[in-house]
Amino acid sequence: MSNVTTSQYNLRLLDDLARLDSPIHRIHPLIKLMTTIIYLVVVVSFGKYEILGLLPLLFYLVVIIALAELPLWPIVKRILWVEPLIIGIGILNPWFDQQVFTVGGLVLSKGWLTFLAICCKGGLTVTAAILLIATTGMDGVAAALRLLRVPRVFVLQLLLTYRYVAVLSGEVGRVLVAYSLRAPRDQGIRWPVLGSLIGQVLLRTFDRAERIYQAMCLRGFAGEYHTGRHPGIRLWDIAYGGGWVLFFGLARAYNLPLLIGVWLTGGGQ
Amino acid sequence: MSHHIVEATDLRFTYPDGHQAINGISFLLRHGESVGIIGANGAGKTTLLMLMLGVLLPTSGNVRVGEVEVTRKTLPIIRQKMGMVFQDPDDQLFMTTVYDDVAFGPRNYQLEEAEVERRVVAALETVGILHLRDRPPFKLSGGEKRAAAIASVLSMQPDILVMDEPSASLDPRARRRVIRQLQSFEHIKIITSHDLDMILELCERTIVLQGGRIAADGPSAEILSNPDLLEACGLELPLTLQSCPLCGNGGSRR
Repeated sequence: MSNVTTSQYNLRLLDDLARLDSPIHRIHPLIKLMTTIIYLVVVVSFGKYEILGLLPLLFYLVVIIALAELPLWPIVKRILWVEPLIIGIGILNPWFDQQVFTVGGLVLSKGWLTFLAICCKGGLTVTAAILLIATTGMDGVAAALRLLRVPRVFVLQLLLTYRYVAVLSGEVGRVLVAYSLRAPRDQGIRWPVLGSLIGQVLLRTFDRAERIYQAMCLRGFAGEYHTGRHPGIRLWDIAYGGGWVLFFGLARAYNLPLLIGVWLTGGGQ
Repeated sequence: MSHHIVEATDLRFTYPDGHQAINGISFLLRHGESVGIIGANGAGKTTLLMLMLGVLLPTSGNVRVGEVEVTRKTLPIIRQKMGMVFQDPDDQLFMTTVYDDVAFGPRNYQLEEAEVERRVVAALETVGILHLRDRPPFKLSGGEKRAAAIASVLSMQPDILVMDEPSASLDPRARRRVIRQLQSFEHIKIITSHDLDMILELCERTIVLQGGRIAADGPSAEILSNPDLLEACGLELPLTLQSCPLCGNGGSRR
């Protein structure tokens, strides 16, 4: 059951990463949010067979991970958690798409291409979102959303849900440890107990969430979640955002891998 | 100094399930007073604190803080005057760093960020954990969490400090540190606890609750040395007043 405790620490990892200090962490949250949104739109805008066009966009993620000095493996693990969902969405494409293409004498359904494109797009977008939180923190993202005039009730919902996950996982962890200590021979939780156990966890979490909310109210919380004032947007922040938008635009308009290949091989001679 | 007075008049509270937790309580706390609220489990201590802070509203009777009656409308004023440290610090600490947690209250009052920082640093210094300012609260030890929870209330500069079991689950040294911190707070202190030695040390006045009523109200030295009263209320003499188990000396226990 120590997995639960490990998961709790994993949940907080993004918060820990967000507290690092790097050139990327110092960029204004609003610029990072806008850059990420534009990145997501560009990734999604590629056609369903255009896999090669997505390749240059990987560069953005690599640069962020390198400059922000983020550990690679924990981030890859988080992407892998989401992959089953993405595979679930695209796995039937090879059977539904009737068109075919030939590769190395092998005739394949074009559905494999769309499936691969979905996996790539899913991987890129999920990674971009994880990197945004790992370099900005949920508080920073919330502050940026407020600057974009997103209604405070939505921002608050986002922040409290994020906090609530930690509360819920804490309760689950405690209940599971208590269960495992009194049922040492069980590998998991027995079915007859599962219902009441989940019910208990939920009730305790409601209770806990209520106490946390009371503690917030007693410290003057009135619906607005103040995360401290961020410094203003600097010229460097704008240059950072502008540079990436330009790159995304080029990657969208031109087939960069092809152009680089042509340039390297001397114009296809 | 009438603005620092806390007054309860015939306070009653019944939970939705019909359990009558507070059953006609009246008292008056004056400026600078330290009051211990003690009682067996289920005597109504925490409910009474919740009523004072307006987390629960009384079924009948009322609580006044200074000139202001605790009602739904006056909650913002009441909560600016009163700071509450919860029994479980994990209920109170939920931001990503100790600094942000201690800054949560001042930021809610829209203070300038420079003033917020001044208050946070002062509060963290008071409880001796300034070096932990950038640590995530969930990685702190029990004593450090308690100190952070106290700092998160001190940063709001309350007139009245309310604490629910401040010494619970602390090791002796952390407990001693909390007692010293509380001794330095000059305004009204309201402390509920089963740690009667701490109450004896910190509070000049003690209110004993039993079954949602006041069983006794008076000087701590008198009440906490009365074994019959304490036993009738499901309590015991403070350990410092009990006889030594090794040499049999000291204490007034029969």
